[in-house]
Amino acid sequence: MSESHNHLVDNSLSGKIKKETGVSVARCYQCGKCSAGCPVSVDMDYPPSLLIRKLQTGLPEHEEQVLRSKSIWFCLSCEMCIARCPMEVDIPPMMDYLRHESIRLKKVNPASKNIISFHKAFLDSIEQTGKLYEMGLIVDYKTRSFNLMQDVMLAPSMFAKGKLSILPEVIKNRRNMKQIFKNTLKNKQK
Amino acid sequence: MARIGVFICHCGENISATVDCPKVSEVAAKFPGVVYSIDYKYMCSDPGQSMVVNAIKEHKLTGVVVSACSPRMHEPTFRRACAEAGLNPYLCEMANIREHCSWVHEKGDKTDQKAIDVVRMMVEKVKRNNALMSIKVPVTKTALVIGGGVAGIQAALDIANAGHKVIMVERDPSIGGHMSQLSETFPTLDCSQCILTPRMVEVAQNPNIKLYTYAEVESVEGFVGNFTVKIRKKAKSVDETVCNGCGLCTTKCPNKKIPNEFELGMGKRPAIYVPFPQAVPNIPVIDKINCTYYKTGKCKICEKVCQAKAIRFDQEDEIIEVAVGAIAICTGFDVKKTDFFPEYGYGKYKDIIDGLQFERMASASGPTSGEMRRPSDGQTPKKIVFVACAGSRDPAKGIEYCSKICCMYTAKHAMLYKHKVHDGTAYVFYMDIRAAGKNYDEFTRRGIEEDGAKYIRGRVSKIYERDGKLIVVGADTLMNAETVEIEADMVVLATAGVANPGAEELAQKLHVSYDQHKFFSEAHPKLKPVETNTAGIYLAGACQAPKDIPESVAAASGVAGKISCLFANNELTREPLIAFVDRTAPPEYSSCTGCFLCQPVCPYNAIEREDVKDRNGNLIKQLAYINPGLCQGCGTCVAVCKSKSIDIDGYTNSQMYYEVDALLNS
Amino acid sequence: MQKIKLGYYPGCSLEGSSREYNESVQAIAEKLGIELVSIPDWNCCGATAAHNLNKELSLSLPARNLALAEEAGLKELVVPCAACYSRFTTTQHELMHDETMHQKVNGIIGKEYKGNLRILNVIQFIEEFIIDKLDDNIKFEFNKKVACYYGCLLVRPNKILNFDRTEDPQTMDVVMKKLGADSIDWAYKTECCGAGFSVSFTEAVGRLSGKIVEDADHRGAEALIVACPMCHSNLDMRRPEIDKYNGKKLNIPVLYITQAIGLALGIDRNILGLQRHFVTVKLNDFKPFAKKIEVENLQITEEI
Ligand SMILES: Cc1cc2nc3c(=O)[nH]c(=O)nc-3n(C[C@H](O)[C@H](O)[C@H](O)COP(=O)(O)OP(=O)(O)OC[C@H]3O[C@@H](n4cnc5c(N)ncnc54)[C@H](O)[C@@H]3O)c2cc1C
Ligand code: SF4
Ligand code: SF4
Ligand code: SF4
Ligand code: SF4
Repeated sequence: MSESHNHLVDNSLSGKIKKETGVSVARCYQCGKCSAGCPVSVDMDYPPSLLIRKLQTGLPEHEEQVLRSKSIWFCLSCEMCIARCPMEVDIPPMMDYLRHESIRLKKVNPASKNIISFHKAFLDSIEQTGKLYEMGLIVDYKTRSFNLMQDVMLAPSMFAKGKLSILPEVIKNRRNMKQIFKNTLKNKQK
Repeated sequence: MARIGVFICHCGENISATVDCPKVSEVAAKFPGVVYSIDYKYMCSDPGQSMVVNAIKEHKLTGVVVSACSPRMHEPTFRRACAEAGLNPYLCEMANIREHCSWVHEKGDKTDQKAIDVVRMMVEKVKRNNALMSIKVPVTKTALVIGGGVAGIQAALDIANAGHKVIMVERDPSIGGHMSQLSETFPTLDCSQCILTPRMVEVAQNPNIKLYTYAEVESVEGFVGNFTVKIRKKAKSVDETVCNGCGLCTTKCPNKKIPNEFELGMGKRPAIYVPFPQAVPNIPVIDKINCTYYKTGKCKICEKVCQAKAIRFDQEDEIIEVAVGAIAICTGFDVKKTDFFPEYGYGKYKDIIDGLQFERMASASGPTSGEMRRPSDGQTPKKIVFVACAGSRDPAKGIEYCSKICCMYTAKHAMLYKHKVHDGTAYVFYMDIRAAGKNYDEFTRRGIEEDGAKYIRGRVSKIYERDGKLIVVGADTLMNAETVEIEADMVVLATAGVANPGAEELAQKLHVSYDQHKFFSEAHPKLKPVETNTAGIYLAGACQAPKDIPESVAAASGVAGKISCLFANNELTREPLIAFVDRTAPPEYSSCTGCFLCQPVCPYNAIEREDVKDRNGNLIKQLAYINPGLCQGCGTCVAVCKSKSIDIDGYTNSQMYYEVDALLNS
Repeated sequence: MQKIKLGYYPGCSLEGSSREYNESVQAIAEKLGIELVSIPDWNCCGATAAHNLNKELSLSLPARNLALAEEAGLKELVVPCAACYSRFTTTQHELMHDETMHQKVNGIIGKEYKGNLRILNVIQFIEEFIIDKLDDNIKFEFNKKVACYYGCLLVRPNKILNFDRTEDPQTMDVVMKKLGADSIDWAYKTECCGAGFSVSFTEAVGRLSGKIVEDADHRGAEALIVACPMCHSNLDMRRPEIDKYNGKKLNIPVLYITQAIGLALGIDRNILGLQRHFVTVKLNDFKPFAKKIEVENLQITEEI
């Protein structure tokens, strides 16, 4: 858009997206190419183009639906949408931003609890050891998500094939790792 | 003594809302040499012009400064008014206080001061203006039409029928352009060949039209009314004056497997060929790259069978020089090929074709005799998918514009398909249906309601092949962006219309401008839609942007009208704002040292060498001479002349210095 | 032969659930005289989890590794895991194009990354350091029909990675052809396998990976060739979910491209870690290598 429009104050969610990520949802002309290519659009409550449509109207109820959607958590960051979007609407960073906002505003969709538990367990493992401790991750994730039975069949055979270690690998400079988490994730959540 | 009049215009509120016009007028009245100053609401109006005329008479003005809008807008208006009052029109100047002042600044003292400065500069300039006489040049009443598509054909016929000579240059072996490849045409579904062929024949037979096919423009020199054009007539290896068009050679040529360009690769042709049966002229050419004789030195079968003895293997390209007064660019467009689309397989799937290929398939004279047969195995496609906006409106692919014709021809294709395959299903993936035009929307509605084309609103994300079917994956954005997968037998991409290859090169030869997509630019998008920014050169048809037939024809007739107007004059008047080399008394004759640095830099080849001789005819000195007929007043020579011997009338060095001086010493 | 030394970032999966990938990379490198030097005290790249939850974290975790590699004087960094590679290149891109963020991240990790590393994915590593050595070292031709699967992270986002074409890429195919394989044209080369959702959203992974495995099998491929541990574990370990989705059992094995190269070089199957796969790798009867195989780069038939 021309510079002269830059002074417009836009407090809508799409305005914030533009400010924080540079992604303009106004560019989308609703062709649906992203939704057709998105591997998880069938799982989503709103396929990507529809999610954008809701941001385009900017109506409070639509923005609320976006932040509470499953879509933002089901997105795999596979980048198929941006690879094919004729208008170069960069959806994946927008999804990242919406996820962060959804957590910040405590609007996370309950159906995404598994996914978030997994991410959190994953990051905890890194914070503690600097590396991913897969065995620990599975145990931790299972307890968080109460999916105790899921995957119980997999672990023993993974172990048998030498694919799981019982003990975690640990990096030397664990202080550095704590510091990184303190300055980022933990900082935000306060 | 100079007696200058200053006229400050308010331009309604365009200027006066920002600039204090009465104040500017008051200050200007005190400038040295100014004897009259006034401001008024609309200077360009009748009463405004009368003020100028009366002031010239009453105050015996020797120069006029109109301080208003851009000279591009109203300089001719005020110069005419001055001439009416008996003042040489070139003693009138405009000071632009609208575009250069009121439109770009906020109201305030500084803005007023700038307006005052702009006026002061022009006052200083106009004091040094000379009375100039406009230049008269003769007009060559022959037009050159480049490109023989429907636009070129229309322009040529209209100009010829107005009684003027026309030279048509067509790159291909036949005229006709894309329209000759079309099957039936929207919005009436009449047969394209049936309406075009008679007009092609008319071109060939009109005594006022000289047709060069298989030819291209080599170079263009000169200016409006007086262009010199070199045309390269490529060797056809056939003597056109002898060949009677029997076509025997084309049937006997053993080399028959060459992809046929006219059929877009879907058919084959021999090495000696006529592009299509209705070609004009009906004379074959030898494709030297594929001809066995040119490749190996053996064959010459065509020569043996030709009764008329027309084959000329030793024929060479010919350069023909012609003089023309006006040029019409009608070089048309092209469409993107299927290999432009990564997500649709980079052109690797045979059964994904483009719109033009579909036209050939649907055409009774085409490679399948008008039957729907998919290229891979010749089967009749029972499910066909049309993809609109393929590559258009797609900034990611570098084409942000709408190709304009594809919505209509896609609707036409779906209808033609249904007329031929009654039990087939036609799907159209589209984003918008752009069918603005007389009977256009009705046409697309007919495709949907009567012929049952199934329109799905969404872009296709991917097409891949599996088990002999093309799997088309799109979304239906009118149904919650749900994924839609269609197993199609054939897919037609309505690919983006793009500039013709070679358009940029031609534009450079003609010194006309073109846009970032290499389409030729019109001089004004609204008021000069068929003119280029070079006087005497016009454009029509799809070389300007994708256009359909009615629009191309209308523009072509517009060009013909413009050229006929031009040719209604025996002479043209040109602005005398051209360069000249100073002349002094002997023994110097001129301050020009004869270095001729200026000669190569002149883009219009206007600089000549003039011999200065003594009484006995001995050469004393060579001086630069600028041909007033050729000079366009660009000033490049002035900049390179080391001895400062060149000046431009209307923009002399002295005028410029005083203008700048007036600014610096304000 | 002069020994080539390259920086190396194995990443967590290659030390755990995908250790056979690490084993095969190391095995072919050793065979061809290349030394891979791991970044001292490297940490996890943060994967999907970090950038889903926090942007600075998602940049800081890779940035620490990049800075450590630079400190250790490494010039090239081979990153076999496509996911880590994607995080590294994205981080490099963001830091180099956003000075404020660059400074911020330097502060968070307490180190400075100057941006001098050349980050190579496994295919770039093969193209640059392995391919030329193949002709002299191949023992067997990989005379099988294969489907090369690129997944998302090797080719997207193209603007940052600038590697091969986004649709229908060819670089892996060229390598496999060079080994004597018949690499097929198929539809799912760059479709997502479900990536990091293996544990948390297994149904989706079953469906997505299911389509991939089915299409490769349907077109007669004898093996799927991959270059990413996430793709491998989804296509290999998730076979029960895949078979459930397809309603039939498919036995097509999934090999890392480095394992395929290893087999052609005559390296022992167990050293390449083939025994660790869930889908048994039965492939044998490789033809002894006879003569050099010429492969045209990026050949696409463009005939109408
Ligand atoms: C698939 C398809 C279907 C269509 N269907 C319809 C329809 O049903 N109805 C409708 O109204 N319109 C239709 N159109 C649009 C129609 O084709 C154009 O409007 C029309 O062809 C434009 O005419 P033109 O003379 O400007 O250009 P062209 O037809 O492109 O002709 C340009 C001519 O100039 C020649 N040329 C090019 N460069 C040079 C050069 N440098 N020197 C000399 N000669 C040169 C070319 O060889 C050609 O003969 C369709 C278009 C497409 C692609
Ligand atoms: S592909 Fe791009 S333009 Fe089309 S709907 Fe999706 S975001 Fe909008
Ligand atoms: S990045 Fe997310 S929204 Fe885009 S295609 Fe992949 S999963 Fe869908
Ligand atoms: S000489 Fe060339 S054009 Fe003539 S018949 Fe032989 S191959 Fe055909
Ligand atoms: S005319 Fe229709 S199909 Fe063609 S680009 Fe424009 S909107 Fe798309």
